[in-house]
Amino acid sequence: MPQPVPTSVLMDSRDVVVVGGGTAALCAAISARRKGATVTLLDQAPPDQRGGNTRHSRNLRIMHSAPSPLFPGSYDETDFHADLVKAAEGKGNEALGRILIRGSAELPDWLAAQGVVFQTIACGGLPWSRKTAFFLGGGKAMINTLYATAARLRIMVHHNCRVTTLAPDGQVSLNDENGGKRTIRARAVVVASGGYQANPVWLAERWGDDAAALVVRGTPFAAGDPLRALFDLGAASVGSPGACHLVAVDARLAEADGGIVTRVDGVELGMVIDRDGNRFEDETSITGPTRYAQWGRRVAALPGAIAHAVWDAEAIDRTPPAILEPIRADSLETLAGLLAIPVTTLAAAATASGRVNQPPFFTVPIRPGITFTCHGVRVDERARVVTPDGLPLGCLYAAGMIMAPNVIGTGYLAGAALTIGAVFGRIAGEEAANHALG
Amino acid sequence: MRLDDPHEEARRVLRLCNVCNYCNGYCEMFRAAERHRTFSDGELATLAHLCHNCRNCWQACQYAPPHPFAVNVPLVLAELRLLSQAELAWPRPLGHLGLLSLVVTLLPPLLVLLLVPIEVLFAAHAGPGAFYRVIPWSVMSLAAALPLGWSALALAVGLVRFWRAGGNSTGAEMRAAAPEAIRDAILLRNLDGGGAGCDDGNGPLSFRRKYAHHLVFAGFLLCLASTSVATVYHHLLGLEAPYPMLSLPVVLGSLGGVGLIAGSLGLLALKRGADPAPIAPAAQESGQLLLLQLLAMAASGLLLLALRDGPAMGILLALHLGTVLSFFVALPHGKFAHAPYRAAALLRAALERRNNER
Repeated sequence: MPQPVPTSVLMDSRDVVVVGGGTAALCAAISARRKGATVTLLDQAPPDQRGGNTRHSRNLRIMHSAPSPLFPGSYDETDFHADLVKAAEGKGNEALGRILIRGSAELPDWLAAQGVVFQTIACGGLPWSRKTAFFLGGGKAMINTLYATAARLRIMVHHNCRVTTLAPDGQVSLNDENGGKRTIRARAVVVASGGYQANPVWLAERWGDDAAALVVRGTPFAAGDPLRALFDLGAASVGSPGACHLVAVDARLAEADGGIVTRVDGVELGMVIDRDGNRFEDETSITGPTRYAQWGRRVAALPGAIAHAVWDAEAIDRTPPAILEPIRADSLETLAGLLAIPVTTLAAAATASGRVNQPPFFTVPIRPGITFTCHGVRVDERARVVTPDGLPLGCLYAAGMIMAPNVIGTGYLAGAALTIGAVFGRIAGEEAANHALG
Repeated sequence: MRLDDPHEEARRVLRLCNVCNYCNGYCEMFRAAERHRTFSDGELATLAHLCHNCRNCWQACQYAPPHPFAVNVPLVLAELRLLSQAELAWPRPLGHLGLLSLVVTLLPPLLVLLLVPIEVLFAAHAGPGAFYRVIPWSVMSLAAALPLGWSALALAVGLVRFWRAGGNSTGAEMRAAAPEAIRDAILLRNLDGGGAGCDDGNGPLSFRRKYAHHLVFAGFLLCLASTSVATVYHHLLGLEAPYPMLSLPVVLGSLGGVGLIAGSLGLLALKRGADPAPIAPAAQESGQLLLLQLLAMAASGLLLLALRDGPAMGILLALHLGTVLSFFVALPHGKFAHAPYRAAALLRAALERRNNER
């Protein structure tokens, strides 16, 4: 006879509990611990998938006044501020934005002090980037280092913990890996569990049936339970429900956690058609670093949220490398058969594009891939979660993507997510420790 | 998702690496792979030898198992290194290299026990030519020359094939790239892990493996220098071994022996307890065999030096000769072959890097 699982076991009693397992959570936990607090970190992922979406990241946006081994040029506060305001479309909180920008300048030294190694320009291999610093080996290497530092500092880390309920007085309820219900009492709680991009039920509130077509690009554990718990407590909301960052990904790689290698690129060399075989965009008009996101949004808006990129024999060799070979068809008739599209429609689209002439033809199916949601809790300048009246919600703090819309609205800025996680993670951790140690 | 054929698996993995690129700060392998859109078998062999097996990319990989993409770069490249060395060398490898090495090591002591009169073998010999009173110089030279010649042939044929399959180049390009390649080989720049140190599988990143390798390499070069100086003494100056304790051959050889022992023990210790996931078992065994051979060679040499004036000299000399012969026999098909192949791969990388910059 299996023992009945007790309804709630008191697992621990700590100064600070951190909910989440990515950059913001680790920076908060380490900062709180360095302030002298006892800290427990609760990550929903198993150990080999720890690190949230940081595992798939590579760089941080950093303000800095002069070129250095990490940066080929300078990026001052004015430049960063202009980029941030543009990305946020003016919807970011000005004071929090300034905190982010100024805090970013401290990050290379602070992270290096935690053992994190950056890739220098001298190392070779880096894309030219005036605005962002790159982790040597990428985000997972940094995450490994921060977990090792956390272990050295005797921060308790529990994986496979799904936090279900939070309370303003610091009580945290969770389901452990065996489905047992547990609670932890904390003097302060930092919620750094990201968005709900891996929760199709929640996404369906905005996206309807198409929510199921969104490919989760990052951690499959971002279900948003802690965010829901904060809303249930009356936390003020920022951003927009269901708003998210979307990217065009190869529909054949629909499993979660594909990261950056499933993106579809080079479509301006061919054409993109919807499921009925019609083009819907001048492919050559979408260029620059945001092209993946622009295509992601457009494909998400199509019927069935699917599209097909098509190249001809002459263009295919010029497309950037991809991890899967495209699907080959020796004639337009064969391609039309493969895609279940009338050949006349396909031929008309090919002719109109002017770029799809020479057989054989190649195609890749495209889905919108969801990176993160842009909907979270409002915080004040001390990273405290606040109610719509602007009052702190007990001893609850928030850092990372769960509060990112405070500074960036529903926009996107390369490398900003990690900077938000690290800057506000540090603030939340220190403030939570101060609160706990009173 | 892992493919059975190492070449196909390497193509699958490096294709993915080229899209991701996150590891290109770690070593030249990733930066060299980025210069290719497709990979011939020869190009793969070059890339495989650029990998110094530091395993940082394994720890950092967001697509490592249990991720369905199952990327394990060090493992597949280690498999390819073994495969390419076996396929390229001529004559082809002998089987059971470990057993063969043991037999060859023990053969000279057995033979001297059988063939040299006991009163000669276990007598105390002194003065110039003492060694050759137990084993004549001509026998010793022939015993060494045969396996060394065979091995040098296999290695040379393998290297030429390796170089030709790796790409095209002119003599001028090779000469221009050589200084960079020599620097990379001697400094082991690709064991720096991009400046952070390497993951030797035993905790935090460190330079332990690089330093231990430096010791082995320096020790080996010193022993080689000792032998070369002794050859000059013998043939040009007419001085016969054994040489005095403070002579150049003895000092060089002693320092080299100590370096070999310290470095080999260090590398063997680092292999113990390392995470097995990114390690090809056959490569691990081949590396261990070479380290044991180097240890045996250095230890028997130092022991011979210490006891050369006594009755054990004869049998120790035969044992030392056995360890050297065993090293020679295994040369082209064991771990030692990584040295010339890797040097060639570094030359190829330096050459392509230069061409790419132009």
